[in-house]
Amino acid sequence: MSLLVVENLQRAFGGVKAVRGVSFALAAGEVLALIGPNGAGKSTCFNLLNGQLRPDAGTVRLDGVDLVGLPPRRIWRLGVGRTFQITATFASMTVAENVQMVFLSRAHRLLGLWTPAAGAFRDEALALLDRVGMAAQADRPCGVLAYGDLKRVELAMALAGDPKILLMDEPTAGMAPGERQDLMALTSSLVRERGLAVLFTEHDMDVVFGHATRIIVLDRGQLIAEGPPDAVRADPRVQAVYLGSPA
Amino acid sequence: MTAAPLLTVRNLQAWYGRAHILMGVDLQVDRGEVVALMGRNGAGKTTTMKAVMGLLDARAGSVTFDGRDVSALPPHRIARHGLGYVPEDRRVFTDLTVEENLEVGRQPPRPGAPAWTPERLYALFPNLAEMRGRRGGRMSGGEQQMLTLARTLMGNPSLVLLDEPSEGLAPRIVQQMAEAVRTLKAEGLSILLSEQNLSFAGAVADRACVIEKGRIRFDGPMRTLLDDEDARRAYLAV
Amino acid sequence: MSFYLVQFLSGLATAATLFLVSSGLTIVFGVTRIVNFAHGSFYMLGAYIGWSLIERWGTTPMGFWGGVALASLAVGLLGALMEVGLLRRLYRSPELFQLLATFGVVLIVQDVASAAWGAEDLLGRRAPGLKGSVDILDQPFPLYDLVLIGLGPVVLGLLWLLFNRTRWGTLVRAATQDREMASALGVDPARLFTGVLFLGSALAGLGGALQVPREAVTLHMDMAIVVEAFVVVVVGGMGSLTGAFVASLLIGQLQAFGILIFPQITLVLVFLFMAVVLVLRPYGLLGRAEDAPPTAASTGPPLVLASGLGRWAPALLLAALALVPLVAGDYTLIVLTEVIILALVAASLHLLIGLGGLVSFGHAAYFGLGAYGAALAVKHLAAPMPLALAAAPLLAGAGALLAGWFCVRRSGLYFAMLTLAFAQIAWSVVFQWYGVTGGDNGILGVWPPGWASGKAAYYWLTLALAGGTLLLLRRAAFAPFGYTLRAGRDSALRAEAVGIDVRRHQWLAFALAGASAGLAGGLYAFSKGSVFPTLMAVPVSVDALVMVLMGGIQTLSGPVVGAAVFHLLETQAMSLTDWWRLGLGLVIVLLVLVFPKGIAGFARDLWLRRVDR
Repeated sequence: MSLLVVENLQRAFGGVKAVRGVSFALAAGEVLALIGPNGAGKSTCFNLLNGQLRPDAGTVRLDGVDLVGLPPRRIWRLGVGRTFQITATFASMTVAENVQMVFLSRAHRLLGLWTPAAGAFRDEALALLDRVGMAAQADRPCGVLAYGDLKRVELAMALAGDPKILLMDEPTAGMAPGERQDLMALTSSLVRERGLAVLFTEHDMDVVFGHATRIIVLDRGQLIAEGPPDAVRADPRVQAVYLGSPA
Repeated sequence: MTAAPLLTVRNLQAWYGRAHILMGVDLQVDRGEVVALMGRNGAGKTTTMKAVMGLLDARAGSVTFDGRDVSALPPHRIARHGLGYVPEDRRVFTDLTVEENLEVGRQPPRPGAPAWTPERLYALFPNLAEMRGRRGGRMSGGEQQMLTLARTLMGNPSLVLLDEPSEGLAPRIVQQMAEAVRTLKAEGLSILLSEQNLSFAGAVADRACVIEKGRIRFDGPMRTLLDDEDARRAYLAV
Repeated sequence: MSFYLVQFLSGLATAATLFLVSSGLTIVFGVTRIVNFAHGSFYMLGAYIGWSLIERWGTTPMGFWGGVALASLAVGLLGALMEVGLLRRLYRSPELFQLLATFGVVLIVQDVASAAWGAEDLLGRRAPGLKGSVDILDQPFPLYDLVLIGLGPVVLGLLWLLFNRTRWGTLVRAATQDREMASALGVDPARLFTGVLFLGSALAGLGGALQVPREAVTLHMDMAIVVEAFVVVVVGGMGSLTGAFVASLLIGQLQAFGILIFPQITLVLVFLFMAVVLVLRPYGLLGRAEDAPPTAASTGPPLVLASGLGRWAPALLLAALALVPLVAGDYTLIVLTEVIILALVAASLHLLIGLGGLVSFGHAAYFGLGAYGAALAVKHLAAPMPLALAAAPLLAGAGALLAGWFCVRRSGLYFAMLTLAFAQIAWSVVFQWYGVTGGDNGILGVWPPGWASGKAAYYWLTLALAGGTLLLLRRAAFAPFGYTLRAGRDSALRAEAVGIDVRRHQWLAFALAGASAGLAGGLYAFSKGSVFPTLMAVPVSVDALVMVLMGGIQTLSGPVVGAAVFHLLETQAMSLTDWWRLGLGLVIVLLVLVFPKGIAGFARDLWLRRVDR
C-alpha cells in the first residue's frame, strides 16, 4: 500500500522544463533514493513534493490526500517531514529548544504569551535527541555546532513532527564517510522502528547503494530507471548519464 | 641545499565565536607538491584553509608563506603574496560574466609561479571558453567550480588552497577536476587541497595530512595512507 | 496642452536632481550595504558649499560651474573621510549600528552647518548665462532646468561606463556581491569602499550644489531629500542604477502632475506609489531577488532567562521606581514619566527588531496613532481618561494590523521602507485632515482628571500601565510567542517546514508592537495635554530606533536602558547648550565605535566573561 503517489509531475522555469512528467510511488518501510546528475531536477522534484514550489501539472497524494497547492506548513501537518541540503535550524536557540519548537508547533501552542517556552516538551525533546545521539549537546546553541551534528538535530526536528514520510535532501553532504554511514544507519533503523518512508537525494554512491531499498534515476527532468539497487547499478543508461563505466 | 617549504603552518589555532576549532595545526607544503588535507566533517579542514588565508579574525599561531610571516596580514595582502584560495562553496560572482569573474582575480605575473591569461585558462577549461559572456549565476555547479579555480589562477599564485574540490559534483565532473589538478601540478603549481573523498585525493595528492578534532593526526605519503588500512579506519572511518 | 508640457518638463528637472542624489545612495548601499542616512547631509553640504563658492565666483559661467564641481569634489572628500574615520571600523558590526552611526553624522552635520552658515534660509545666485527662460509652445520654461534635464542621462551613461567598462567598476561590482571573496582574490576592500563613498557623496554634493539657483538652501534639506532618495532607490530596486533613473523619472512626474490632480493628498502620493510598487514588485522595478538586502538584525546568542538575583531585577526595578515619588520633585517625575513611556516605545520596537529581525522605520506611526486615539476620543466623544487610554492601543493596534498586513509580505530593507511609507501616510492624513484632527494645530486640552492630575499620581499610573506592558512584553519574549518570532528570523525556511506560519506570526507581532506603542502614545498625550502631527513624523521613528540600537538589540533590557540614556542625554543637553545635536551626534558615534553591541550587550558580555572564569 503506497503512502505517497506522485503522478506526471511537471514544472518549468521560464522556458526550461526542469521536471517533465515524473511518476513514482513510495510505501511505508521503504528507503527510496532519488539520484541523477547535477541539474537533473532532483531539488525541483523535492520542492514540488514539499510545497515550496507549485507544479505546473501532475498530482501528489499522501494517503489519498492531494498535496498540490498546499503551503509547506500544511503539508508538514499532514505528515511530511524534511531535512535540508544546507542545514536549516534556529541558530539562536539551543539544540533542545529547536526540537521543542516543533512540539509546540504540533500542539498549536505558538501564540502563548505567558508561560516560558524553555520548559515545554523538554522531556520529549531530550528523548528524541537521545535517539539521534545529540542528548549530550542538548543545551548548546545550534549556532556553534559542527555540521554533522546539525544534520542530527535536523533529523530530530523532523521526527518531532511525527511524520509518515521523511524527505531528506542530500542528507550526508558535507559529512565524512564514517559519519555518513552512521547517519544513514540511524535513518534506516528509524524507518523500521516507526514504519516511516524515506525519500532522499544523494551524490555519495556508497550511501545510495548501501542504504536505499529502491532507487529512481532522474535525467533532464525525466525518470530513466527505477528498481532495486543492483538492477539500477547494472542499467546501461544509468551508467552512461551518471555513474560512469565501472572501473 | 634543500629549499625551504613554500608554506609552513605552526601551531595554528582558530575559534568560531566561543568554540575552539583548531587546537594547534602544524603542516607544510613544499614547492611543486600537492598535499591533501583529509578528515571528517567538522574536523577543521575548511577552518584551516580560512585561517591560513586570513579570513578568520580569531586566530593564533604562525603561517609562513614564501619566506614571509603572513599570519597577521589581511586576506588581500596574503593573496598579493601569491597565495590563492578556492572556497568550498564556490562563491562565484553571479552578477559578473565569466570574463569579468576572471578579471577580478587578475594580478601581475609572479616570478617562480605559472603565469595565466584568460586564453590559457580557456584552453585548460574548454567549457568556460564557450560561455565567456555568461553570468556566473547562470552556470551549473560543475562549471562554477571550474570558474572559481580559474579565477584564483588569474592571480598567478604559487600555491592554491583548494577547499573540497569534489564536493557536491557528479562523478563525471569530479574526474575532470582531478584531471585539472594534475595539469596544474605539472605546470609547477603547489596545491593544498582538503578532501573527504579518498579516491579523489588518492588520485592527485603526493602527501596526506589527516586532521581530527583540530589537530594533525597523520602526516605522510599518500601511498602510505592508501596502503595502511588501520590508519584509514582510525582517521577517516573507511 | 502647452501647460501640461511645461509641467512634464519641470517634472523631468525634479527627476534629474532626484536621480543624482539617489544614484549616489544606491551605489553606496550596493557596495557597502550601509543604509547611509548621512547621504542627505552630503546633499545639504553640497548646497551650502556650492552657495558659498557661487556667491564668490559665480558671476561668470566658469566660476559658477567651477564652483559646482568644487562643491561636489569637497563633499566627495568628506564622504571618503567618513568612510576612513567611521564606517571602516563598522563593517563587521550589525547593519543597524552602521545606520545608527550615519545618523550620528546627520546630527553633527546639522549643527556644523548651522554654525557655519547660520539658521537663515539662503537664496543663491542664478546661473550666469542661464538666467532666462525659453518659450515652449508659448509657455516660459527656465533655461537652467533644461540643462538639468540633459544632465540626468549623461550622468547615468557615465556611471554605466564606469561600472561596466573599467576594472575599478568590475571590482566594485564583485565586492558588492561578496566582499570577503573579493579580498581573498587580492582586492583591498577598504580602498574600494573609500572610492565608492567618494563617488556616492560627490554625486549627492553635485545634486545639492545644482539646486542653489533653484531653491533656498536650508537646514531641513537633508532629511527631506534622504527620505525621497530612499523611496527612489527602493522603487527602482536596491543597487540598480537604471532602476534609480526610471524611478526618479516616475516620481518626478508624479510630483509634477499629482499636485494638479490630487491637491488634497500630495504628501501621501509618493509613499502610496512606493507601497503599491512594493506590493506588486517585491524587489522594486528593476531589482532582483538576490540583490535584496539581508535582514538587518544578526542572529544573536540564545536569550537566557537570568537566574538568581538577575531574575528579580525587573520586579526590583519596578518597585524602586514606585518609591521615587516619595523622594523626588515634580521635574524629576515628569522626566521619569517620559522615560517610562519611551521605554515602552523602544521595547515594543525591540519586539520587532530584536526578536523578529524586522526593522521598522515607521514605529512613530503607532505611537502617534495611540496619542491621537486618546485625543480624538476626548475631543469628539468627550470620553473620560480610562476610556481614552483604552482607545489608544485599540486605534494603534488596528492601524498596525492594517499596515502590518502589507509590510510583513516583504523583508529586510523593503519591510523597513514599507513601514516608513505607512508612517508617512498616517502622518499626512493627520496633517491634512483639518476637520477631524485639527491639522498642524493639533488637539489641545487632553488632560487627566483630577485624581490623576498630580505629577506623582500620573507617574504611578504610567508606571502601572507602561511597566505592566513592559513586563508582558518580557514574558512574551520567553514564551512560545517570542520563540516563534525568533524561529522565523533565524530560518524562515525551517520554520515553515515545521508548521509555523511565519508571516501571520510576524503580523501578530506587528500588531502587538503597534498596540503597545499606542498605549505609550496615549499616556504621552495625557502627560502633555496635547497632540501634534510631529508625534508620528520621521524623527520620532528615528529616535525610537536610536534608543533600541543604543541599548543593544541582543538583550531585552537593552531598549529600556537605551530609552533612559537617550532621553536623559537629550533633555540634559538641550537645557545646557544650543549645540545639543552636535553633542548627541558625537555621543552616538562614540558609542557605536566603543560598544558595537550596544550598552546593555556590552555589559552582558562583561558579565558572561566573569561568569566563565
